Amino acid sequence: MSDTALKQNNQRLLWRMLIVAVAMFGFGYLMVPIYNVFCDITGLNGKTGSVDAQSLDGKVDLSRTITVEFVTSLNETMPWEFRPAVTRMQVHPGEIGTTSFYARNMTGQAMVGQAIPSVSPSAAAAHFNKTECFCFTQQRFEAGQGMDMPVRFVVDKDLPIEIKTLTLSYTFFDITEKVKDTL
Amino acid sequence: MSTATTHDAHHEHQPSGIMRWLTTTNHKDIGTLYLLFSLLMFFIGGAMAMIIRAELFQPGLQMVNPDFFNQMTTMHALVMIFGAVMPAFVGLANWLVPMMIGAPDMALPRMNNWSFWILPFAFLMLLATLFMPGGAPAGGWTLYPPLSLQTGMAFPFLIFAIHMMGMSSIMGAINVVVTIFNMRAPGMTFMKMPLFVWTWLITAYLLIATMPVLAGSVTMLLTDKFFNTSFFNAAGGGDPVMFQHIFWFFGHPEVYILILPAFGIVSQIIPTFARKPLFGYSSMVYATASIAFLSFIVWGHHMFTVGMPIKGELFYMYATMLIAVPTGVKVFNWVSTMWKGSMTFETPMLFAVAFVFLFTIGGFSGLMLAITPVDFQYQETYFVVAHFHYVLVTGAIFAIMAAVYYWIPKWTGNMYDEKLGKLHFWISCISVNVLFFPQHFLGLAGMPRRIPDYAVQFTEFNMISSIGGFVFGLSQLMFAYIVFKTIRGGAKATDQVWEGAHGLEWTLPSPPPYHSFTTAPEVK
Repeated sequence: MSDTALKQNNQRLLWRMLIVAVAMFGFGYLMVPIYNVFCDITGLNGKTGSVDAQSLDGKVDLSRTITVEFVTSLNETMPWEFRPAVTRMQVHPGEIGTTSFYARNMTGQAMVGQAIPSVSPSAAAAHFNKTECFCFTQQRFEAGQGMDMPVRFVVDKDLPIEIKTLTLSYTFFDITEKVKDTL
Repeated sequence: MSTATTHDAHHEHQPSGIMRWLTTTNHKDIGTLYLLFSLLMFFIGGAMAMIIRAELFQPGLQMVNPDFFNQMTTMHALVMIFGAVMPAFVGLANWLVPMMIGAPDMALPRMNNWSFWILPFAFLMLLATLFMPGGAPAGGWTLYPPLSLQTGMAFPFLIFAIHMMGMSSIMGAINVVVTIFNMRAPGMTFMKMPLFVWTWLITAYLLIATMPVLAGSVTMLLTDKFFNTSFFNAAGGGDPVMFQHIFWFFGHPEVYILILPAFGIVSQIIPTFARKPLFGYSSMVYATASIAFLSFIVWGHHMFTVGMPIKGELFYMYATMLIAVPTGVKVFNWVSTMWKGSMTFETPMLFAVAFVFLFTIGGFSGLMLAITPVDFQYQETYFVVAHFHYVLVTGAIFAIMAAVYYWIPKWTGNMYDEKLGKLHFWISCISVNVLFFPQHFLGLAGMPRRIPDYAVQFTEFNMISSIGGFVFGLSQLMFAYIVFKTIRGGAKATDQVWEGAHGLEWTLPSPPPYHSFTTAPEVK
């Protein structure tokens, strides 16, 4: 092989390899939506399902009773009070359950919080649908303000038969700083 | 080829002094730079390990505060992985690949120069974080958010240092691939290549495929911290567990990046001193390729406790155990090569045999960790520490030392001091086991990793481990002494150096000419 032909070959292979490297950098980012779609379908990361018409057809499966437990937590040292109105309730699949959560800003300034729900066991997450939730939007609390926030949910009838108890957990995150940046 | 010879002769006019090293595009010079850099980083990372072992000598807080301790564990890992082991392998590839395949130099010499010279700057940035307000990164080398996002001023330096190390490795890997594909001597078919070349070719592919993913994941950390993105921030809809998936998609192939070239080295050394050809050459090649393929689908075994469905746990468990099959093929091939050979035990062979034995111990503890139900107990304990130090210290580092003893007579033209070499081996081999073997027991008894203090019942084993650590650390000064002594002089080495050595690099004079094969050799 002549010197110039070799150089050309080297350059060509170099560029191919660089393209592979750049593509793999992109693949790293592509893993984010893949992960989210995968978790949406399987409910693996505890993210709750979205409402589909089928689960709201009004038919209630009275043969099964599901215990839903409620737990709350605050991220890091967020100075809020946050608790469920009841710690557990019983619903039938297909029935609309209603409960509420109480939160209070215990500081002297207005703060913005974002609640993130999580359902375990993960196999139940995709079958737990909320029709009304304070977690859908950011919550602004004035200094010292407290309020009751309702949650309405449906456990759909496809919930795996072996699941009799599921836990809905909410974590409040302080996003005051983040919101300030974007305003 | 007369044009090529005059062309090369023209290049012999090189600048002298520091400029020679800054501007060099010669594969031997760059290989030397990589190896010396790696040796320096080995001692810096080693000094950090000494601080860790000194603090853990007895329970309670003696020497350093807990935050500095965490900085030491984090920095020790980053320096050793990216600064010591990986550059050492790239250095060996630079020195050996062209000589083994009959090429005059690496295919892309200028990029070669660049890929080395960004490394010192990357590590300057990384090590500078030790002197910053808030100190160096202390959240573990795996950089899990949200903890790693709490790193102070050091954070952007850490991320950009990782970016630069990544670029350096990718460029080094591309160079190896292009060299192996385009620069082989006539007759050097793929299935005639020495195994060190084969394992490096596969390693290079792993590097090109995974280092960009690491770069992507740390870039996401960077934008999460400074630009309000929410890849891993639950408050913004992200998920911290996702980082672990992306990180270990890089991280698991990375551990094979750190060991495959070591397999290659040992596959060169054992046949030489057993005076028999390597047993099962083609099965070695296929085993290496299978390990590389499997490494992409087992990352979940680092995350058994994050809350995975049982099917996922079973998949990762079986896939991980499957890796033991090609690895077992390799170990049996090495043993079969030695079987009924006329073996002699010069220093490189001692290190290579110790590698086979001790790496296998690390492999077995890896299999234990692969079993999902017991992993719930072993996760984040000293058992994991013992496991990966067996595969990385007595695996990768021992193989690198074996390689240095094996090829340094070729590189310098001088024989190293065999007596000192053997002494270095025996002290290292005994002390490294005193250092890491008790850590298995500590882990099984429940001592967590990455903590500066521990319950009193762990004291004895920690003391034994620390004593082993100090002896191992100090004995490496001997290694540095032997290397520099050999560079400066010693008994002249013959061209073949070792009685049983075969391969193109041994047909060159010792030390080899500046440009290895100006006329391509004929391979039969």
